[in-house]
Amino acid sequence: MLKIGVPSKGRLMEKTFEWFGARGITMRQSGAEREYAGTVEGIDGIELVMLSAGEIPRELSAGRIHLGVTGSDLVREKLADWDRHVLELSPLGFGHADLIIAVPTGWVDVDTLEDLDAVAAQFRRTHGHRLRIATKYHRLVREFLTAQGVADYQLVDSQGATEGTVKNMTAEAIADITSSGETLRANHLKVLADSLIHPSQAVLFLSRQADWATAAQATCQQLCSRLGIVSPHLDDIEFPTSAGL
Amino acid sequence: MTPKTAIRAEADALYAAIAATGAVPVEADLLLPAETLLDLYGEDIRARAYVTHDPVRGEMMLRPDFTVPVVQAHMAHGAEPARYCYMGEVFRQQYHAGPRQSEYVQVGYEVFDGSDPLAADAEVFALFSKILQPLGLRAATGDTGILRAAVMGLGTTERRKAALMRHLWRPRRFRALLDRFGGRTAISEARHSLLQMLDRGQDPWAGVAQTGLRSQQEVRERIAALQEDAATPPISADEVQLVEAVLAVADKCPAALETLAAMAGQMPALLPAVDRLKARLNALEAKGIDVQALDFEVSYGRTTMEYYDGFVFGFYADAAADLPAVASGGRYDALTAVLGQGRSIPAVGGVIRPALVARLKGGL
Repeated sequence: MLKIGVPSKGRLMEKTFEWFGARGITMRQSGAEREYAGTVEGIDGIELVMLSAGEIPRELSAGRIHLGVTGSDLVREKLADWDRHVLELSPLGFGHADLIIAVPTGWVDVDTLEDLDAVAAQFRRTHGHRLRIATKYHRLVREFLTAQGVADYQLVDSQGATEGTVKNMTAEAIADITSSGETLRANHLKVLADSLIHPSQAVLFLSRQADWATAAQATCQQLCSRLGIVSPHLDDIEFPTSAGL
Repeated sequence: MTPKTAIRAEADALYAAIAATGAVPVEADLLLPAETLLDLYGEDIRARAYVTHDPVRGEMMLRPDFTVPVVQAHMAHGAEPARYCYMGEVFRQQYHAGPRQSEYVQVGYEVFDGSDPLAADAEVFALFSKILQPLGLRAATGDTGILRAAVMGLGTTERRKAALMRHLWRPRRFRALLDRFGGRTAISEARHSLLQMLDRGQDPWAGVAQTGLRSQQEVRERIAALQEDAATPPISADEVQLVEAVLAVADKCPAALETLAAMAGQMPALLPAVDRLKARLNALEAKGIDVQALDFEVSYGRTTMEYYDGFVFGFYADAAADLPAVASGGRYDALTAVLGQGRSIPAVGGVIRPALVARLKGGL
């Protein structure tokens, strides 16, 4: 059986079902609406695994699912050296959101990372601690700010309602995903011009760690041709014969 | 991977070699208070420390390095001059899979002796050089004091110099600032319109809410600094080129010294730093180091050795280019000033990684 992990609820699930449905593969939740089990029609040999989008990167890297749909931001954040563990088969064209850095609109002197860095130095001198950036994307934000040479900041963990941290004085700036920017505006925040850390969208990933026995490979090839995914990608993959590199 | 028993045996041997010089053995806790100490480290060590919570003592971290606890212990109990040796595990998170370990043993030597700092630099380097001599390693040396002197010698505002000094460790941001202050890159569109707005007497806060801890007063102070900077002439092209030329110096020690001495002719502020380099080379020679064959690079250690502020050195195995330095160290007077809250001690030291020594010796 080829196991494919998909988001278990919300718009991401609906959009995923739509995307596969438009390509002749019907996915649906089986049983009651809240039961996390599903079925696939239109192709044989595939088992649907309903998972939280945030767990799919880990399941892919552990090789417990062969394919998985989740945000490209989550894979990059949750997996060290993500491209050693998974391969991007195809972007799906939905779930767009940009990981960016935002600061209070009252900071009229700050529009770029250069400003943020200068303000971080000033802030530390004035307040005696580093400028706090609230985020749940620790890896991506740290790597970005290191590469950009920004100093005197610290990341503080925020797993939700991140936009509210500035008003609540638990952070001076935030790094979060945004699509329309509405929540940012409502919380008096503005995006720094050169702070696009990652443009995220939903992606169909392939696990390099899964057990790619002959049957699973054949099913994967068949599925990809049905989905219209360009096959050169698949030719490049070295399928390990057992889990683990 | 090299077995831990082999690493421990190698560590014991290295430690014994250092202790044989008469250095005083010193221990450091494995669990250290995170809040006060982490701030002293550069971003690299800070981001990689394992931080945990203690119900009574608050935020604690697994020892990421010995230097800070050894300096603290010395400042609390020690008398100068002092020479210390130590051995033990340090812990650093690794964000990428690869040969770098997240838990490894360091053997180290630290010298707190202000009587002759250049001789102390030479003493530490010569000891490491002698201990590691059988491995046939390549030595790299540098001196972050040279670049500091070049920046301080620029004919521009203190504010600009301070901004450059702050980023000596981040070549990309340093470069961007130098280009900005040298007039090579223009200010951003948003900055330009803010300055115009202020010139016209308009209120940049019209319709804007004030949120967060950074007050409007702080924003005003920075705006004043931006206005001052906009009215300041760029650093001359000659001076920018000189800083770039200083940064690019990489040669055998005598040739590097000669090049830098010539540059000091154009920028007299470099002279004291160049004189120190010259005196250090003499001190190294007096300790039996072949300075004719020794490499010197102004930029050496610029990205990885943040708390060092003078002489820096490392020993590398060319056969294992993917591995970190087998040994590294340098002078860190400024760190002791921060830890000593006004009281500072001239300090120089370094660490050896016994795991790498064992691996190179045994082909493990």
